[in-house]
Amino acid sequence: MKYVDVFRDAELAHQLAQHILQQADPGRHYRLMEFCGGHTHAVFRYGLPALLPDNVELVHGPGCPVCVLPVARLEQALELSRLPEVILCSYGDMLRVPAGRGQSLLKARADGADIRMLYSPLEALTLAQQHPERQVVFFAIGFETTTPPTAVLIQRADEMGISNLSVLCNHVLTPAAMHAILTPSEGEATAIDGFIGPAHVSTVIGSEAYAPFPRQFGKPVVIAGFEPLDLLQAISMLVGQLNRHEARVENQFSRAVTPGGNPKARALVEQVFERRDSFEWRGLGEVPASALKIRPEYARYDAEQRFELSAPRAREHPACECPAVLRGQKRPDQCRLFGTPCTPDNPLGACMVSSEGACAAWYRYNRGRIAMQERE
Amino acid sequence: MSRLDLINGKVEMAHGGGGRAMAQLISQLFARAFDNEWLAQGNDQAQLSFPAGRLAFANDSHVVSPLFFPGGDIGSLAVHGTLNDLAMCGARPHALSVGFILEEGFALAELARIVESMAQASREANVPIVTGDTKVVERGKGDGVFINTSGVGIVPEGLDLSGDRARPGDCILLSGSVGDHGACILTQRESLGFAADIRSDSCALHRLTQAMVAQVPQLRCMRDPTRGGLANTLNELAQQSGVGMQLEEAAIPVIQPVQAVCELLGLDPLYLANEGKLVAICPPEQAPELLALMRAHPQGKSAAIIGTVTADPQQFVQLRTRFGGNRLLDWLNSEPLPRIC
Repeated sequence: MKYVDVFRDAELAHQLAQHILQQADPGRHYRLMEFCGGHTHAVFRYGLPALLPDNVELVHGPGCPVCVLPVARLEQALELSRLPEVILCSYGDMLRVPAGRGQSLLKARADGADIRMLYSPLEALTLAQQHPERQVVFFAIGFETTTPPTAVLIQRADEMGISNLSVLCNHVLTPAAMHAILTPSEGEATAIDGFIGPAHVSTVIGSEAYAPFPRQFGKPVVIAGFEPLDLLQAISMLVGQLNRHEARVENQFSRAVTPGGNPKARALVEQVFERRDSFEWRGLGEVPASALKIRPEYARYDAEQRFELSAPRAREHPACECPAVLRGQKRPDQCRLFGTPCTPDNPLGACMVSSEGACAAWYRYNRGRIAMQERE
Repeated sequence: MSRLDLINGKVEMAHGGGGRAMAQLISQLFARAFDNEWLAQGNDQAQLSFPAGRLAFANDSHVVSPLFFPGGDIGSLAVHGTLNDLAMCGARPHALSVGFILEEGFALAELARIVESMAQASREANVPIVTGDTKVVERGKGDGVFINTSGVGIVPEGLDLSGDRARPGDCILLSGSVGDHGACILTQRESLGFAADIRSDSCALHRLTQAMVAQVPQLRCMRDPTRGGLANTLNELAQQSGVGMQLEEAAIPVIQPVQAVCELLGLDPLYLANEGKLVAICPPEQAPELLALMRAHPQGKSAAIIGTVTADPQQFVQLRTRFGGNRLLDWLNSEPLPRIC
């Protein structure tokens, strides 16, 4: 593990934390959003908040793909899974996401639906070949990292002439969501001073994709790797920019991210997908041009075209503060549902759904710290 | 009686039907492999002589997939699982029972391999399998073979180990590396295509536990962190005893291939199953002696003191990370599934 351990060196972390403490202006507050769920997970797993000064606050963004998937889309997947000819497949952490009435794909499977967990979308191709009499539907979710593999699946199916396979596409776009976070609803101020840019997503879309945020909104973006030292260094870079009143895109994760990203992956995505006019995000609501759909050339692989799907309306819990949490306006524990009744075992809102969600990560890793502080 | 075809034969409904085919399966496979005086009597029950004292009684069902994996198979696992449940209260295991649920069409050659592996595990542990049962379900209604084992054991006089006895200040000891079994099974699932060299840690712990209770009778409790892993086991004990726990991540042994698999799949080794490890809690005065004893035993070579019991009305299990932070180690809230990105 030597290639990983160097990014988790406790001594270096301590030095970086000291540096951030010296950098941070006690007269101001720094609110930095880590957009990506992988970062949120790392922040809590390594206990980073305890290493940061009180006025450097991390705000946990919407970059958890299963969290932001609207319940209505999950309802459609459930509806498909109930068709006797359908084998529905998706990634593991999608299976337990709760829909309405206590339903989930795992529960539907227990009720007899044929639902399979995949590690790679290409397994759907094998399933389709093994079961020519069935309809295999891949329930595709995720940000720019999981989109190219779905594109490969569709192109392969096309080349191989496999006709009993389709994709229910829910791929979403990171920059569009960041844009929505910086465009608050009427009468509300943006609560974010800068972004920690995602790691794996940026390997695909490149650092140039974030150029509008400094230019249009005056907010710095520092792309960071997933290791705790990466995060601390990125935080230090953001604090530095804010102190100097700068707003630039910087790349801490230069060992993997280039300005233009991965041209091959981007071209693949471009061939197979096009932007939707608008897409609903759980927690953020409708966000314009924030998701992808399958191009008309590949319409025969589009589950939305192949099956007649209803468009169920799903209502969120009225007291759920996920929209405010995802915009950085509230901390998870400031929601009155947090902890009771909304828990990882019984998630009521988007952010409690997966361990990468802001509320679930807070619940899993942070309650002890808060409890200790309250006792002290 | 005709010979059972252990090379090409398959399990048939008749093997569970109570007639001649079942008698053939029992005598030519089970009784031959498990060979002991109680089975030889051919009764519906085993009649055991017991010394006076308290009896420990445990039961475990096994449905593992795949059936065979590096370091063991469903058969050895079924023996070790129940032996370890008995061992955790300090009991000396005395006898085991086994119930097979077989799926019609299951290869008799594979069944024979499993039965031989159970027999070997039982011989090594020196605990006989004295009674059993076989049922056959129609094809498609099982997953090859399910095995249920029960066991009885004798608790040494004066010993009282229980999960509700942990007290603030006590030391928490772990007998070795965590996550080996869970990571092994994950990497064996065919769709992953991993080439990681991880063996299950499946083994019987009763010799280790008997040595521990003999030398340190002040032990508060022991438990084997199976499903849900170390994190879940410690949360169970914290809740039962009404205490908190503070662990040191750096003290918890995790072997490198397990760590690597967890990194790749986004899993936490502290939540993966173990089948040959135990957690022990004892007063701090006895901890050094207990640790030395465990390390001198083959099943406890990499034992470590991993933390202490704290006074905490909220019963939080906390982990000081290698990185210097402190985090909550919560209950597992569902099956550990790989994260997607």
